Amino acid sequence: MECSELDKKIINRLSGDLPSDMTPFAALAGEIGIDESDLLATIEDYEKREILRRFAAVLAHRDVGFVANALAVWHVPEDSVVETGEIMAGFDEVSHCYERLSYPQWPYNIYTMIHGRDREQCLDIVERISAATGIRDYRVLFTLTEYKKRSMRYFTEGRPRI
Amino acid sequence: MATGGDKGQLSALERKLLNDVQSSFPVCSRPYAELGQRVGCTEQEAYDAIQSLRQRGLIRRIGGIFDSAELGYASALVAMKVPQERFEQVARIVSEYEGVTHNYERDGDYNLWFTISQETRPDLERVLADIESRTGIKEMIRLPTTRKFKVRVVLPIGE
Repeated sequence: MECSELDKKIINRLSGDLPSDMTPFAALAGEIGIDESDLLATIEDYEKREILRRFAAVLAHRDVGFVANALAVWHVPEDSVVETGEIMAGFDEVSHCYERLSYPQWPYNIYTMIHGRDREQCLDIVERISAATGIRDYRVLFTLTEYKKRSMRYFTEGRPRI
Repeated sequence: MATGGDKGQLSALERKLLNDVQSSFPVCSRPYAELGQRVGCTEQEAYDAIQSLRQRGLIRRIGGIFDSAELGYASALVAMKVPQERFEQVARIVSEYEGVTHNYERDGDYNLWFTISQETRPDLERVLADIESRTGIKEMIRLPTTRKFKVRVVLPIGE
């Protein structure tokens, strides 16, 4: 979409953290310099236009019991990518399922992010996905160290992006 | 491997709230009154519980989750093969960039995986070239998304 300067300002604030206030949208609208009702209507509009996926809390998954996550990458024949991707996406434990560009030295073309309570559970899920799809050429990439994890902050002013 | 982190210390109300607010936080004048109605407590109790969950780090952020492509941002997943003895240094350089949102060490020969978003395609190209020249790592593959089957980050918080 074409973002006006006001849109950029609003999106920048909404991609940050909601103020700790009993009426947080009034506080946020005050920071932006618009009426609360205009802010609420704008958020609704962004959602309707699917610019905003959702307005929600982002949890520290590790701390609420999902201590293991694995990126499973699958080498799926070109002609069954859609069918296979849809089966994989149907698993509750799969939060993200994307097709991505592959390379001769890295032939994996479907990526599934799998969440479980431990490594064993993640591996069980991978085996169930393999059985359900018939895909045997895959790798399970566990996270060893998390160096950075944060939400994207959009339209930051001053732009010192590096 | 241990399970649970702080999960054992969650009250029934907190668990309900977490399950609820990770799908949607009410967008209205009195969101905590609305939340209280959803889970069965007062506005003040909902506010206090959410504040406590934020302070304890169980809620990282409450805000908008945008579709970066819809906003015109260019994004990529990048995987690098980094020699073990240089790993810490390279990971630190990659994390410095503001547009890098996730940066993980993973199993396997491609061992550093990061996601990056920039406001324009040329900005993205410039930053990736900069990462390559600063780290000296040549084995770097870009894995742009060609199709999305599922995007969801809501997980059930059970017993």
